[in-house]
Amino acid sequence: MAANYTNPIVRWIDSRLPVFTMMRHEYYDYQMPRNCNYLWSFGAFAAITLMIMIVTGIFLAMNYTDNTLLAFTSVERIMRDVNYGWLLRYIHMNGASMFFIVVYIHVFRGLYYGSYKSPREILWMLGVVILILMMATAFMGYVLPWGQMSFWGATVITNLFSAFPIIGDPIVTLLWGGFSIDNPTLNRFFALHYLLPFLILGVVVLHVAALHIVGSNNPYGIDMKGPQDGLPFHPYFTIKDGFALVLFFLVYACFVFFAPNYLGHADNYIPANPLVTPSHIVPEWYFLPFYAMLRAVPSKLGGVLTMFSSLLVLFVLPWLDTSKIRSAKFRPIYKQFFWFLVAACLVLGYAGSQPAEGIWLVVARVGAVYYFFHFLILLPLLGKLERPLPLPTSISEPVLKGSGPVPAGAHAKPMEKA
Amino acid sequence: MRIVKSVILAAVLGLGLAAPVCAEEAEISLPHVEWPHDGIFGTFDRAAAQRGFQVYKEICSACHSLNLLYYRDLTALGFSDDEVKAIAAQYQVQDGPNDQGEMYDRPALPSDHFKRPFPNDKAARAANNGALPPDLSLIVKAREGGEDYVHAMLTGFEDPPVGVKLMDGMNYNKYFPGHQMGMPPILQPDLVTYADGTKATQDQMATDVATFLTWAAEPNLEERKRMGVKVVLFLLVFAGLMYAVKRQVWADAH
Amino acid sequence: MSDTTHSAGGHGGQASGHDDEGASRRDFLYLATAAVGAVGVVGAVWPFVSSMNPAADTLALSSIDVDLSPVQVGQSITVTWRGKPVFIRHRTAEEIAAARDVKVADLPDPQADDQRVKKAEWLILVGICTHLGCVPLGQKNTDPRGEFGGWFCPCHGSQYDTSGRIRKGPAPANLVVPPYAFLSDTQIRLG
Repeated sequence: MAANYTNPIVRWIDSRLPVFTMMRHEYYDYQMPRNCNYLWSFGAFAAITLMIMIVTGIFLAMNYTDNTLLAFTSVERIMRDVNYGWLLRYIHMNGASMFFIVVYIHVFRGLYYGSYKSPREILWMLGVVILILMMATAFMGYVLPWGQMSFWGATVITNLFSAFPIIGDPIVTLLWGGFSIDNPTLNRFFALHYLLPFLILGVVVLHVAALHIVGSNNPYGIDMKGPQDGLPFHPYFTIKDGFALVLFFLVYACFVFFAPNYLGHADNYIPANPLVTPSHIVPEWYFLPFYAMLRAVPSKLGGVLTMFSSLLVLFVLPWLDTSKIRSAKFRPIYKQFFWFLVAACLVLGYAGSQPAEGIWLVVARVGAVYYFFHFLILLPLLGKLERPLPLPTSISEPVLKGSGPVPAGAHAKPMEKA
Repeated sequence: MRIVKSVILAAVLGLGLAAPVCAEEAEISLPHVEWPHDGIFGTFDRAAAQRGFQVYKEICSACHSLNLLYYRDLTALGFSDDEVKAIAAQYQVQDGPNDQGEMYDRPALPSDHFKRPFPNDKAARAANNGALPPDLSLIVKAREGGEDYVHAMLTGFEDPPVGVKLMDGMNYNKYFPGHQMGMPPILQPDLVTYADGTKATQDQMATDVATFLTWAAEPNLEERKRMGVKVVLFLLVFAGLMYAVKRQVWADAH
Repeated sequence: MSDTTHSAGGHGGQASGHDDEGASRRDFLYLATAAVGAVGVVGAVWPFVSSMNPAADTLALSSIDVDLSPVQVGQSITVTWRGKPVFIRHRTAEEIAAARDVKVADLPDPQADDQRVKKAEWLILVGICTHLGCVPLGQKNTDPRGEFGGWFCPCHGSQYDTSGRIRKGPAPANLVVPPYAFLSDTQIRLG
């Protein structure tokens, strides 16, 4: 372990607290499968976006006032009078959207390449925890500017808990700290909105620790069999992620500078008014699929349970998918259903943005049914019924790459154990 | 299988692009004006914004507040410091308490907020037939359609179609959601006299006011776009360099 | 972005085995990329630092007008300017004489009285002790004013004279004269 550092100060510190050895181990020597594509950069994007959100958030908090009488104008003061306040706020505001885009792509990459399967179950579950914490953080952050959508979004979401019998109403009163969304609610949402990102950061550290124990998955979904299959993280993947990160910043910058309000709602520039509900309440785009599921079920409690279940089902996904093959590359049927799932989520999202009536209600129901069918019925069955394509012998010798289905024979048996 | 995938992707993309369009109320489509501040290099038409300020000052400000603005902000529209002082001094604002403990009126300073027409919302309602004239500071950002909405609202008044019964004190506006608007068709031609000789048609005044209010809602629009162009150019150069480095580094890995 | 700097330093060594020209071109590329990345980081940090400086609304309030007409000879008033107390004393003839009747060179912070006032009867000072920032006593006639008839800081015993100059105690410098101008005989603008 004791690395031979030439700098005496580094050596002195490292022999007492091996931070340098650790960093070297995790971000320098760490072996990445050499065939990982740019989809593997989205984890890095997410980590960087989290840092950007925390830093801009801290600087915004220096000028924000968490009082119902002052919150809206304090945000507008940031936009108008604070030096570069508009920039910090637009980075933060659009950063939430960027964070979700990146994380959703990261999640679907995991689904496609089977990154949740053994031995990466805990890694995956920690990721789901991060996703849920992100949603809570984003929701509470959206309340802080105290616009119309802030207020009514908070009202609707907190009222979800009133669906539970007996305990529902006391829970809602507890969340509010009063009899409606008001100053105590805003205060506690600000406190928690400031706290949760650090909690997320902690879980991210665990997520990365778990990743580096079991190693990264790769597009073939097979294990590395030796050094010829891998490449050290640095410089190969630092530079690859770095390049991809610049491209990500380009997209992010286009939103911040040229369309900063495109992903938001005009109503949130109207100060909160507890007496008037906007004619069309919609959550931010990243909640739309869940919102659609909530409204797809005709009973209040049923809708709430459906919505929460759609996240909870991800926790047990590693045990629902019975296939031993990780990557969809070698699962011809799963591959098609994967795209059905993507389509279902996007359709649900679109249905969530529409009024819950007529055709969109039907669409949302079909989408929701498919979502649960996919995880609860399809994946357990498919593992038993599907005949996978032959797997390559190793990452560095992709002998079968590009060839069509090979007759069952020499390679038909999966090469790895679960 | 590839076909299935691409069909799904195409459908999804189509939906995604159509979404923002459909999300607006499909029934009313607002006429689009070509604004000089549109686009990534857009800048405000200062002359139009100054004229728009004149229209606001002489007409709109009788009922509509502009609470988030200070008189000092007007320097960004091309008014000099002395002009801003003179504009501010036309208004009396309350200050105090003085040494006797009394509130008193004084001429406004550049560091004062725009004077509001009514002391509070209830007074505003009482003077306007129960309707509350909204604050205009953020109206362009707070309405779908932005400046097009403001322009359309000011030019959309007409006689109600046959069969439409207007409620008492309401006015028919073809672009207003629900079409019944508390605001009367106030912008009549030549209601203001522009100093620069521009003819004050209804459309001209509406365009000018919408320009002014766009600036009021987003005073940093020009700085934002200017900086955006620089940042994007920088990132493009940096991306090119990073790509070259990436290729170099990976050259010996294949 | 720190990744770039790493690759520039860490990877340079692998150039061996290629011809020298290729290696130096490669080194130049790494260096250029690292430099551009560093520029980007500095550029990104600046808005954050700048946002902590006074905002436009704070700066707009940085000058105030004060009416002096109600202040009688011998009286003092305190006004707030940029969040700080400003002492305005309408000095008596004796106080002016006392302030002028000192040997400037003997003072801890030598400064003549006429350098510190624009009109002899009006002494205008930022009321913050130059030691550690307390507000000295002496505005009210009942306050302790120290041995020199000016101000007395209760925190650590600094004593100021009738020109606001430090005469005794730990404070290193005279009370600061803020920027101001007489708009008329009885009206000043601070800032």
